[in-house]
Amino acid sequence: AAGVCSSLGSDTTLFMRPLALSAASNAAVWVRRLVCRSAATVAPPTQTTASAGMEVEYEAVIGIECHVQLLTRTKAFCSCPSEFGSQPNSNVCPVCLGHPGTLPVLNAAMVTLAVRAGLALGSEIARISKFDRKQYFYPDLPKGYQISQYDEPICTGGQLEVEVDGQLKSFGIIRAHLEEDAGKIVYAGADRLSGSDYSLVDFNRAGVPLLEIVSAPDMRSGHDAAAYGEELRRVLRTCGVTDGNMAEGSMRVDVNVSVRPRGSAVFGTRVEIKNMNSFSNMQRAIDFEIERQVSLLRAGRGSDIVQETRLWDEIKLVTNTMRKKEGLADYRYFPEPDLLPLNVSDEFIELVKASMPELPAAKRKRYLSLGLTRGDVAVLTDETATSQLFDAVLALGTPVKPAANWIQGDIMAYCKEAKIGMDALAITPAALAEMISLIENGTISGKIAKDILSDLLQGKGNKGVRVYIEKQGLLMISDEAAIGAMVDKVLEANHKQLQEFRAGKTKLQGYFEGQVMKESKGRVNPGLMKEILLRKLNGE
Amino acid sequence: MQAGLHNGLRSGSLRGLAFKAARCKHTAVSAAKSSVIRDIHDKITSKECTAVEVTQRYLDAISKTDPKICSFITVDADQALSQARAIDAQIATQGTEGIKVLSGVPLAIKDNICTQGTRTTAGSQILRDYVPTFDATAVSRLRAAGAVFLGKTNMDEFGMGSSTENSSYKATRNPWDPDRVPGGSSGGSAAAVAARECAAALGSDTGGSIRQPAHFCGIVGLKPTYGRVSRYGLISYASSLDVIGPMAHTVEDAALLLNAIAGADAHDATSSGQPTVDFAAGLLPAASLQGGSRPLAGRRIGLVVETLGEGVAPEIDAAIRAAAEHLESLGAVVEEVSMLTFSLGLPAYYVLALSEASSNLSRYDGVRYGVRTAGAADLPSMFCGSRGEGLGGEVKRRILMGTYALSAGYYDAYYKRAQQVRTLAQREMNFALASFDALLTPTAPSPAYR
Repeated sequence: AAGVCSSLGSDTTLFMRPLALSAASNAAVWVRRLVCRSAATVAPPTQTTASAGMEVEYEAVIGIECHVQLLTRTKAFCSCPSEFGSQPNSNVCPVCLGHPGTLPVLNAAMVTLAVRAGLALGSEIARISKFDRKQYFYPDLPKGYQISQYDEPICTGGQLEVEVDGQLKSFGIIRAHLEEDAGKIVYAGADRLSGSDYSLVDFNRAGVPLLEIVSAPDMRSGHDAAAYGEELRRVLRTCGVTDGNMAEGSMRVDVNVSVRPRGSAVFGTRVEIKNMNSFSNMQRAIDFEIERQVSLLRAGRGSDIVQETRLWDEIKLVTNTMRKKEGLADYRYFPEPDLLPLNVSDEFIELVKASMPELPAAKRKRYLSLGLTRGDVAVLTDETATSQLFDAVLALGTPVKPAANWIQGDIMAYCKEAKIGMDALAITPAALAEMISLIENGTISGKIAKDILSDLLQGKGNKGVRVYIEKQGLLMISDEAAIGAMVDKVLEANHKQLQEFRAGKTKLQGYFEGQVMKESKGRVNPGLMKEILLRKLNGE
Repeated sequence: MQAGLHNGLRSGSLRGLAFKAARCKHTAVSAAKSSVIRDIHDKITSKECTAVEVTQRYLDAISKTDPKICSFITVDADQALSQARAIDAQIATQGTEGIKVLSGVPLAIKDNICTQGTRTTAGSQILRDYVPTFDATAVSRLRAAGAVFLGKTNMDEFGMGSSTENSSYKATRNPWDPDRVPGGSSGGSAAAVAARECAAALGSDTGGSIRQPAHFCGIVGLKPTYGRVSRYGLISYASSLDVIGPMAHTVEDAALLLNAIAGADAHDATSSGQPTVDFAAGLLPAASLQGGSRPLAGRRIGLVVETLGEGVAPEIDAAIRAAAEHLESLGAVVEEVSMLTFSLGLPAYYVLALSEASSNLSRYDGVRYGVRTAGAADLPSMFCGSRGEGLGGEVKRRILMGTYALSAGYYDAYYKRAQQVRTLAQREMNFALASFDALLTPTAPSPAYR
C-alpha cells in the first residue's frame, strides 16, 4: 500500500491520475490511511539528482498565511448577519458599505474567538493590542482601507504539533491577528477585469471578521504544509473558531516558498503563491514551485527566481506570475482612530480557557491510552462530530473496540453515502450504546445489527432498541432447544447432504450452517448454532 | 464655570468692541440678548404662536435673506413644516405638558451631518446627489426632542477651510458685512444664526470650525470636548479631532442644544461614557448680576500670553484684555500663563488632520455612491476620474499631503512625531488647567476679513 503512494514522485503529470481511495475499507493500516486518504498526503518528492557533479541538495522553506472567517453571528464592526450564501448585498448596512459618516464598533465575540484560537495554538495573548488601517483602493474594499492589526496583534507566538508520516513535528506560529474581510467581485463574461463588460460586487462578505494566522517558515515540503493546514483546520473547528470550509472560502491559504542549499542558514528568494482552494491543491502547488525553483538553480538561472506573487493554475497544474507587476505595495498603516485600544484582561482569558474544548492532540493521546490503534485514532479524531459520538457512547459504558469499529466502519460509511455529517444522524448515543450492548450480551447477532443499522441511524430505535428489535422479531435465538429443533429440521430436509457429510464430505458443514441461518432468518446465535450443528452432524 | 464666564463676557464690553470692529452694514442683524430657544418654547406653549407659524417665519426669513447671505445648500420646507405640524397636532391632542424645550424650534444643520432623507453633501460635488438613509445620532436626538430642521448649511468642502470659500457650491457672506467672509468651515451655520434664518444650528469643529465662524459672525459657538457628542453620522474629516457642536445666539441656547445631543452612543466607540450634566443648570443670567456682585470670586483664569501681542489685531488684543478686566471685576483672578507648546499645535494639527483625512476620504471612489465618472475604461481611470471630478482643489491638496505624511519612510518623521507633539501639548494644557479654572484666548487673531 505504501508502495503505491511513494511511487508518485515529482512528475507533475501524475497528479492528474485520480488516486483510488477506499475510505470505506476497514484495512486499518495506519500508514495507508494517513498517506492515501487523500491526494494531499503524498510522500514528498526527493530532491537529489542523478547527474554527477551536481550534487547540491536543496531544501524548501515554506511558510503559510491562513485566513479564517470567525464563527460570529454578526460582522466585525457592524450588526449585519455574517453568513454565507445569502442573496447578494442583502447583509449590508451603511457601516459595512463605508457610507459617509459611519463608524466601526468592535464585535466582542470575534475577540473571544481570537483568544480561543490563540490559547489552542499556545500563543501569547496580548493584554493590549490595537487596530490599524491598511490602505489601498479596490472596488471590494468599501472604505478604501481594511481595518486590521499591524504591529500589535492580539496573538504572538505559538506552535502546532502535527504528525507527518508517523513523525511528530512542531511548526511554529509567528502571530495571529484580527481583521475584516472584503467584498466579492464577479466579473461578467470573463475571469478577470480586462475582457469583461462589467463587474458585480457583492458586499455581503465585506466586514466579516477574519483571523489571519501566520506560521513560521518551518515546513519543508508540500506534505508538511498540507498536514499543517489540516491540523490547523481541525484545531480551529474543534474550538468553534471557524467552520474552515475552503470551498466556501471560510478558510483561505497563501504560501511562501523559497529553496536553499541544504544546511544553509540563508534564505533563498521567497515566492508567494495564491489561489489554492484545497489542501491537495496547496500541496501540489508547493511541490511544483519547489521543483521550478530547484530546476532554475541547477540550471544556473537562480536570478530568474524573483520575489513575486504567483497564482496556482489547478487545470494546468503550474504556478504563473500574476500578470500585473504590483511592486511593493505601501499600505500606509496607521492606528485606527475610530476604535479604542483592545484591552484583554487576565480574567477574560481565564474565562475563555475554562470554556475550551478538548483539543485534537489531547484527544488523540486520550484515545491512544484507551488502547486504540493509531489508525483508529486518526479516523475518530478527524472530525468533531465523530469523536463526540464516540465519547458519548463510551460515557454510557460501551466497550472501546466495538464502539470504534461500528463508528469508523458502517456508521461512517452510511454518513458518506448519505452525504451528511455524523452530527446529523438521528440516532441518539443511548440507542447506539444499547445496540452495541445487545450484541455484546447476545441478544442480537452482529449480522442482524448490520441489517437494521440504517433504520437505527434514522432514529427508529431511539425509544428503545430492544423494543424495536422485538417488534421486528429479530431477537437472536440462543435457546439450545430451539436451535436444536431448527438443526433437526434442516438435517431432515437435507438427508442426502447429511449422508455425504457423514461419509466424509466435511466441507458441507458450511452449507448446513447457511441453511440453519436461512431457516432462522439470520437470527440464530452463530456460535451456539455451530456447536449444536456439529454435534448433530456427527450423530450425537 | 464656563457658563458663568461666557455670561460675564457677554454682559461686558467685548460685544460692543466686536460690533464696532465689524463696521456692521446690515442693520437688520441684531444679536439676541436672551435665549431664543426659550422664547420660542414660551410662545408655543402659551399658544401665542403655533409651531407652524414659528417655522414659517424662519422659512420666510430664509427666502428673503438667503439670496444675499447664501447660508443654505438645501432648504427642506416640506419636512420642516411637517415636523412643525406634528408638534401642533401633539399640542392639540395632548396639551402642552409633554412639549420639550426644543419642540418646534427651527434649526439649521451643517451639511456634513447626515440627515435621513435630506441631501447631505459635505460641501462637495462628489456627494451632490447623496441622500443618507440614516440620521446622525445628534440629529436623531434632536428629532426625538421635537426640533424642526429647516435645511443644510454651507461649509468648506469636507470641513477643509476657514472661510467657507472652499465650498464647491457657493460662498456664504458674513451677515454683518457681505464683503466679509463668515469664517469656516461652519460658515453657513454661523451666518444663518446671525442672520436670524434659524433659531440655532449645529456645526462641526476639527481645527476651529465652530469657534472661528462664531467669532466672525458674532454669535456663540461651542466646541464640546472630543467624545462628548457622538460622531456617528458626522462625515469624517479628522477622526481624532472632529466634534459636532451647537451654534446659537446665546450661551443658554448653546447649552440647551448640547443637553439634547450629548452623551455616550453605542454607534461611536470614541464617544465618552462620562455622565452628562444639565449644561444649562449653572447659568447665571447677566441681568441678575447686581452691581458689585462677584460670582467669579475664587476662580482663577489664565491669559495665554502666546495668543496675544505680535500677530494679533490690536482691536482683538484690546478686546481680550478688556474681557480680562471685566472678569476681574466679577471676582476672578486673571494671571498671564505661558504655553510653550502653543506654536506647535498648528503644525501638529496639519499633519494629523491631513493624514487622517487622506484616509477618511478614500471611500469616495464612485463605486457605491456619489459621483462616478462616465466612460472609464479601467479601474484606475474610474477612481481617478471620479475623485478628480468630484473633489475640490483644497481637498485634493490635503489628501496629497496626508498621503505623503503616512507613506513608507515618512510615517515616523511626520505622523508619529505629530502624535508625540500632540501628547506634549495635551500635557501642558492639563498642567495649566491644574492651576487655572479656565484659560482665556482670542478665538482668532483678527476679525472677519474680506
